[in-house]
Amino acid sequence: MDQMEYRYWLANLPNIGVKKIERLLDIYGNSENIFRSTNEELYALKKEGAFAEHMSEKDLETITQQRDIDMIHRNYTKLINNGIYFVSREEDDYPEKLRNIFGAPYALYVKGRLPRKQDKLIAIVGARECSPYGKEMAKYLAGAIAKEGIMVISGLARGIDSYAHQGALTVGGGTYAIMGCGIDNCYPRENINLYMEMQKEGGIISEYAPGIQPLAGNFPMRNRIISGLSDGILIIEAKEKSGSLITVDYGLEQGKEIYALPGRATDHLSEGCNNLIKMGAKMVTSPKDILEDLLPQYVENADQSGHGNIVLSAKQYKVYSCVNADPKHIEEISLLTQLPMEQLMEQLLELELRGLIRQTLKNFYCKEL
Amino acid sequence: MAPPGSGKTMLAKRIPSIMPDLSFEESMEISKIYSIAGLMDQQALISIRPFRSPHHTITTTALIGGGGIPKPGEISLAHLGVLFLDELPEFQKNTIEVLRQPLEDKSVTIARLNASYKYPAGFMLVSAMNPCSCGYYPDRNRCNCSVNHIKRYLGRISQPLLDRFDICIEALQMNYKDLQVQEKQESSEEIRHRVAQARRIQLERYQDQNIYFNSQLSPRTIKKYCKLDEKEQSLLEEAFNKMNLSARAYHRIIKVARTIADLDQSERITTKHISEAICYRSIDQKYWGE
Repeated sequence: MDQMEYRYWLANLPNIGVKKIERLLDIYGNSENIFRSTNEELYALKKEGAFAEHMSEKDLETITQQRDIDMIHRNYTKLINNGIYFVSREEDDYPEKLRNIFGAPYALYVKGRLPRKQDKLIAIVGARECSPYGKEMAKYLAGAIAKEGIMVISGLARGIDSYAHQGALTVGGGTYAIMGCGIDNCYPRENINLYMEMQKEGGIISEYAPGIQPLAGNFPMRNRIISGLSDGILIIEAKEKSGSLITVDYGLEQGKEIYALPGRATDHLSEGCNNLIKMGAKMVTSPKDILEDLLPQYVENADQSGHGNIVLSAKQYKVYSCVNADPKHIEEISLLTQLPMEQLMEQLLELELRGLIRQTLKNFYCKEL
Repeated sequence: MAPPGSGKTMLAKRIPSIMPDLSFEESMEISKIYSIAGLMDQQALISIRPFRSPHHTITTTALIGGGGIPKPGEISLAHLGVLFLDELPEFQKNTIEVLRQPLEDKSVTIARLNASYKYPAGFMLVSAMNPCSCGYYPDRNRCNCSVNHIKRYLGRISQPLLDRFDICIEALQMNYKDLQVQEKQESSEEIRHRVAQARRIQLERYQDQNIYFNSQLSPRTIKKYCKLDEKEQSLLEEAFNKMNLSARAYHRIIKVARTIADLDQSERITTKHISEAICYRSIDQKYWGE
């Protein structure tokens, strides 16, 4: 058995989690020594109280009994053959940022590549059931940030997470997904395209071995990795009590900058974000707000936000100034502009064909950000 | 498509009020069908346009006609009138899919062992639906449906059927102010007058053809009767490319634009008419929760 296989063995012992592994490593130094430990040794250590309350007798039995060398070798080879990269805390490749967080995972499974030391990452998270406004903003902000070479990290969940990954991919940026299940399991399934695409310029990371099901309890746990790997956390949309706020809690614990996208006071989906801003999170109204923190030498290009100088007729200007990231129905626009419907339709079509506005739903228009 | 209570059903029920009066021939045709179905009710002649709105529990047979000796179904009873399907996604999927062929052929053929029966089915299909099962999408303060849920709800209607609708609009929830509008709006009587006029224009235009209305134009006759100038042509071309329209959608847009121009009493189809027609084009599933 080589070193990697000892590590793989340690990472996959049933019921031996992060804390127990940490304790064992403190005593034995590395996984090979743990593998070679004897029954008597372990029991003696337990008697001395070296494990505190961490280890039960059953756990000790697990460590000493489950040492089928052939099986470990087989499983590890299979993992490598499936293109999954295994990295544990005993290696230098293990992300430095993660090493220092509380409850850092002992090992990670990676498809694609791990973030490098010099890579900047921003976590973009939010509600699954998001509003069209959240969707547009997530895509736009992720795209604008990824364009500057910053990686977007999120959880591959439905809603905001997916749109953040999507936004980064459409500008050719790198993006990482942290899974709450085994790395070979694309959950939710409809994101398979994202799952495949991301592996080219970023990767999929999970602390769970292949085959582990997406259990509800796994998801809050993976949030500590999302926040741990990031340099800042941007919340797009969150209800007052939202799972995204768990990521924020981890982030605060780990000393990360929190960013939040503000919303209207009446929107339930923005309550969580607005509360964060009240408590001192940085309000984000443009990608600049984040970029200036992460890239010290960042200067905004004049034509970077929006579409540069655009020439519009008086009527078009009227219509264009009425639409924003929150999609508006054609009737609302008609009320605001006081243009008769047939004229409005003509203007809207022209703006749409010029790529300045977009239909998000039938007859709902939003500004192309 | 609109949230609950915004007036979809009311709007649909008013459609017959803007349709032109029945001609004697049309009246006879409808009476024949009703007579076969045993629905004459002591009248000598049916003189008002049919408006059929079957409940969504209707069976396929009741919709297209059937039985041992096939009787006309709802689609034939709606001949020359309106077939209104309220809450379209609530219908059984195969029930609404059978509409596809009669919509193209304007008739339905029912084959039995001893004979096959052909009933006319030249109806106008009108249907209403909510954008999701709770009805309030995209207003996320009221709608909690998941994206998958919404996709599944719309997915109950197949894209080929959606494509066959010439005009689709998504309406907005009314607010109190809208209900209090004092402004005088065009009455049904006035609209009907315009419709009759447009119909006269069309009859005149197609007198040496075998058709009556714009909807019956074939791709070949479209070229002849719906001439587009350069400006309109380029607008349509741009829209076709940017919006990934199908050939069917392309022809539909031209036909609808022709009708809008007729209602406008305009000989030429202008960009205004084309824009409006594109705005009405059928719902694209891609808009749902991508």
